[in-house]
Amino acid sequence: MAALMDNLGRRRLLTGAGAAGATAFLAACTSNAESSAPAAGGQTTAVATDNAPGKPITIGFSAPEADHGWIGAITSNAKSQAGKYSEVTLDAVEGTNDVNQQISQVETLIDKKVDAIVLLPFDGKALTETGLKAQLAGIPVVNLDRVFADPRAARTWIGGDNYGMGAAAGTYIADQMKSKGISEPVIAEIQGIANLPLTQERSQGFADALGEAGFKVTNQVSAEFTVESGQQVTADLLQAAPHIDALWNHDDDQGVGVMAAINQAGRDEFIMVGGAGSSNMMKLIKSDNSVIKATVTYPPSMASSAINLARLIANGRGMSDLVEPDVPASITLSSATVTKANVDQYLPLAFPS
Amino acid sequence: MTQPPDQRTDARSQTVPTDEQARVEAAAARTGAGIAALRDHPALAPVLRNLGLLVVLALLCVVGTSTSPNFLTVDNFRNILVSSSVIGVVTVGMTFVIIGGGIDLSVGALVALSSVWASTVASQSHGAAVMILCAVLVGTGAGIVNGVLIAYGRLVPFIATLAMMVSARGLAAKMADNKTQIVTVQQINDIALKEYAGIPLLAIIFGAVVLAGWLVLNRTTFGRRTFALGGSSEATRLAGININVHTVLLYALSGACCGIAAVMLLARTTTGSSTHGELYELDAIAAVIIGGTLLTGGRGTLVGSILGVFVFTTITNIFILNNLATSVQNITKGVIIVAAVLVQTRATSRHVST
Repeated sequence: MAALMDNLGRRRLLTGAGAAGATAFLAACTSNAESSAPAAGGQTTAVATDNAPGKPITIGFSAPEADHGWIGAITSNAKSQAGKYSEVTLDAVEGTNDVNQQISQVETLIDKKVDAIVLLPFDGKALTETGLKAQLAGIPVVNLDRVFADPRAARTWIGGDNYGMGAAAGTYIADQMKSKGISEPVIAEIQGIANLPLTQERSQGFADALGEAGFKVTNQVSAEFTVESGQQVTADLLQAAPHIDALWNHDDDQGVGVMAAINQAGRDEFIMVGGAGSSNMMKLIKSDNSVIKATVTYPPSMASSAINLARLIANGRGMSDLVEPDVPASITLSSATVTKANVDQYLPLAFPS
Repeated sequence: MTQPPDQRTDARSQTVPTDEQARVEAAAARTGAGIAALRDHPALAPVLRNLGLLVVLALLCVVGTSTSPNFLTVDNFRNILVSSSVIGVVTVGMTFVIIGGGIDLSVGALVALSSVWASTVASQSHGAAVMILCAVLVGTGAGIVNGVLIAYGRLVPFIATLAMMVSARGLAAKMADNKTQIVTVQQINDIALKEYAGIPLLAIIFGAVVLAGWLVLNRTTFGRRTFALGGSSEATRLAGININVHTVLLYALSGACCGIAAVMLLARTTTGSSTHGELYELDAIAAVIIGGTLLTGGRGTLVGSILGVFVFTTITNIFILNNLATSVQNITKGVIIVAAVLVQTRATSRHVST
């Protein structure tokens, strides 16, 4: 009996020591310190005269929660751009995917009487009334990317071009197929979340550009913008199409998984084009030793430009390279095709996924 | 639930009594012969139980073969097997928890947390072995927390694991700073590339976990206690089993499975991310339930759960081979869940009444 008790005691002690050791071990594994890559983007695009110090202003900023690489880059770009102007104070509210909360946060900014608001709504339609309210209160709103239902709700809109992005990818692939002399290419497409309007616009642009060259999409699958879903659908897609000539993946965040599946299947007979323009993909394009040969951008640097626009509007200035004394009502960014030839130019604007 | 009233008492003695009166009666009946009776299933029971699923799986193979020339190939079966492996390992743990009368909603979040924790810069700097150890320890540790909250904190499993689901994913997002962590340790990425005798390593790991799970569930005291606990916790307690410790062990086991799955996912996606394992809890629970395990616990088979996983993976595979939209795929998945369960209950209730 004594021996048994002793044995039990020793077991408890060992278990205890084991648990303590495991805890210490796990605590040591939490650090991500080395990986803190510098925030991308934040280039000063405005010319010298626009940069002249203005009156001291406060710009309010609201965006969805930074739960993936692209939105993360939007928020950090806005902050770093505002930091470049000594007279600008940025009042950035905490990012949220809850429309209700975003509405009340923007209302707080209105009550504070900030000089301008940069707003990337979680849902453009749901935030329209709030944008209108700010405008009526005399606070100019710069609507970032996701469009309000009513143009009066914003002083100006700046955002990406989803249709143009698809068209750019389609044009690049069509050119490549033609120069390779492939007459009936197998062209696959990996969408993001299928039911989003932005996904449908991208696919439409892609189909239209391919259509002009007499090509069509032969295989289409949809992932969910996550790495894991990208890997899963690609593994099945590669089974469905034993031979592929070209592949367009809508989103570089999920692209990491797409690349993993391609490498695991040992496939390299096709060219791949990415979407959005993450630094991972641009580095792969630069090293030119995998299937990915290009990516079409949807640049989060638009947040930096939006801060500049808000500053110009609050100071009553226009864009000095244009003739008009005011900032235009809408600016659509073009989607650039980044290849090995021009990747160095775009790499500084790329975002970490 | 679908059984006519005259069969109720018969069915009751094998499932969970819902009210206190029945619980006491069942406890008295079970302490003696009840637990022993569970061991004496007829040899045909596993086949009968999984009949519905086997039929569905066979039908899917017919549909797959007739609609796509790329279905019936060795490569594609390898692909289905590997696609099933990660969620399959999670489902093994989930089967234990559900047979034991619980539920674990945190599995997807634990996969995410383990994958992130094991792929931080600090973890990766120590190499593959430490990363694997880290993932399994994180999963097991979180599982123990679940178990302690349920067994000693008297929280309902649904609530305890729901809380874990939310906070573990939050912690994963915070730790990764909402970034995707790329795995640069080649030995980890090799797990998804290696094959032995033409069988992918991921499938071998999956097979090993299933085999170990089957042995533990069907050939050990731990397994019999799990069935007993799910059948009636009161009877199990009266039989002299420490049900609190057993509960903690069940959730720890589920957590450990999540840790193993996280390592497999690290290899497969070459990344750790807080978005990994999304909706795994629902996929795993659905596979377990269409596999014939009672959601109330006490009865079930691991083989059924694994067949359930294969059914889902094969559906997705066939849809992508035929280039069909995700929306159609989801509708069909729902219909097949209902169909499989209907066939399953019929096969099972016939078995109960004989």
